[in-house]
Amino acid sequence: MGKISLKQVTKSFGDVTVIPALDLDIEDGEFVVFVGPSGCGKSTLLRLIAGLEDVSSGAIEIDGVNATEAPPSKRRLAMVFQSYALYPHMTVRKNIAFPLKMAGIAPDEQERKVQAAAKVLNLTNYLDRKPGQLSGGQRQRVAIGRAIVREPAAFLFDEPLSNLDAALRVNMRLEITELHHSLKTTMVYVTHDQVEAMTMADKIVVLNAGRIEQVGSPLDLYRSPRNLFVAGFIGSPRMNLLTGPSAAAHGATTIGVRPEHLTLSRSEGLWPGRVTVSEHLGSDTFLHVNAGDLGTLTVRADGEVDARHGDSVFLTPQTGKIHRFDADGKAMA
Amino acid sequence: MATQHSRSAARLMISPAVLLLLGWMIVPLAMTVWFSFLNYNLLQPGPRTFAGFSNYYYFLTDPAFFTAIWNTLVLVLGVLAITTVGGVLLALLLDQPMWGQGIVRILVIAPFFVMPTVSALVWKNMFMNPVNGIFAWIAEALGLQPFDFLSQAPLFSIILIVAWQWLPFATLILLTALQSLDSEQMEAAEMDGASALARFFYITIPHLTRSITVVILIQTIFLLGVFAEILVTTNGGPGTASTNLTYLVYGQSLLQYDVGGGSAGGIVAVILANIVAIFLMRMIGKNLEN
Repeated sequence: MGKISLKQVTKSFGDVTVIPALDLDIEDGEFVVFVGPSGCGKSTLLRLIAGLEDVSSGAIEIDGVNATEAPPSKRRLAMVFQSYALYPHMTVRKNIAFPLKMAGIAPDEQERKVQAAAKVLNLTNYLDRKPGQLSGGQRQRVAIGRAIVREPAAFLFDEPLSNLDAALRVNMRLEITELHHSLKTTMVYVTHDQVEAMTMADKIVVLNAGRIEQVGSPLDLYRSPRNLFVAGFIGSPRMNLLTGPSAAAHGATTIGVRPEHLTLSRSEGLWPGRVTVSEHLGSDTFLHVNAGDLGTLTVRADGEVDARHGDSVFLTPQTGKIHRFDADGKAMA
Repeated sequence: MATQHSRSAARLMISPAVLLLLGWMIVPLAMTVWFSFLNYNLLQPGPRTFAGFSNYYYFLTDPAFFTAIWNTLVLVLGVLAITTVGGVLLALLLDQPMWGQGIVRILVIAPFFVMPTVSALVWKNMFMNPVNGIFAWIAEALGLQPFDFLSQAPLFSIILIVAWQWLPFATLILLTALQSLDSEQMEAAEMDGASALARFFYITIPHLTRSITVVILIQTIFLLGVFAEILVTTNGGPGTASTNLTYLVYGQSLLQYDVGGGSAGGIVAVILANIVAIFLMRMIGKNLEN
């Protein structure tokens, strides 16, 4: 079981309030991703759940039991750190067995659990090495192994992939998702990378300056962002946001159109403009179009589109794909 | 240093310094070796005759020699024990966030800046003196008989003085090592259910081993040659109770005017120090590699 509830949790460092009162429920077995820009308080929130920081007020419940005052070791949570935080002087085997040893589990039982975890994570051949002799991805797996053997109520991941190179990151992303499918344990995952959030999460929590902007499934957030912040944060490349007359025409202060919801034409369309940069990715082409008063718009076009700097093009938003926001930045129905 | 030419130019340019240092070392060493084979006593005028190994024979069979070896060993190990254990504890204490941290740290380093003769005299006259010392005053205030440190426990007193001088050095090195410990490792251990004591033994101490070996290596080199503290406090006495090897050599050559014997003692000390150094280097080299 691993149901975590935050009730009116706040956190201040001195006079600075990092997290104003916040409520959040994490259901058992869910993969929840906290996402937001740097300094939005997502790591602090995770550390509050872990018990590495004390809450300033409010309560944290784990499986219905108040754990606000419980020390980290008593919360039955396991954490994977950004720097992996492996013990450099211990072999992989001892690293993974450390929580078991601290729990006073018999050595043969420890060895059995370490072997089982190593098998799941493809570490069996590396058990006698020290962390210094492993690659980044292997270290990451050892850190996950150390978390798995404890059979925790929930896993906490603090930007675990940010120290890996791009190719490895995609692999580890898949591995962690598969791990979640096989263990079915609650996972709370912090990242600033919205691609990680979109691909892994059952539920995304978008944070900004310590406040929760929106909670929902990846597609919910993509289809109906509740405000301008979420609209701009979720989706890659970013949503085009337009103000002025073109927004007023739709009865809104700001309208947003995602790059993939603009239709590109050489001959006719709503908004004329000139291509400034075209990025050919093979599968797609991202065109940055200078559309005069509207500013620069990004369009996602077919990979075979051969547009060059200075070409004149027309853009038309697809009907029903326009997001409207009021003067406060809130989405309008 | 890329080309053959620049490499030989570099060798040429460092050669004066190397030669000077080599001469600086070789000349006194060669003279000491030479004297150690002569009958050379300042109180006996006349030609200095060749003595063979008799100087070595007399030095090594002198009962004071074994006492001196033993005292040297006790002194070095005693100071090492106090400074490493005390240094770790002090470093842990100073690593805690507190008000006036900067000033406290400077104060802790202060004993290292006091000259050995001065600090030994301060200890001798202001702390350990059985009449005027502060320890005697405390003992009297508690209604106890004052303890005459330097005559009743001379070696222990010297260990105390030397340890006081070297504690800041150990603390400083260990404190910087402690500050380089990744805080996430500590947090990971905390989440893994390790108690404060377990974290200290499983995370902090292994992290500090490298610095502890450095402290032991450097201190051993200096502690083998402790001299000023003994000279100004006990003069190696009572008897030979606080005579170490360095002080024994000094006594042989400058109190008994036996230059030959003193030189032989000096060579013996050099050999012993080298044996210790080789062992330490091997042990520590292995430790530093991992």
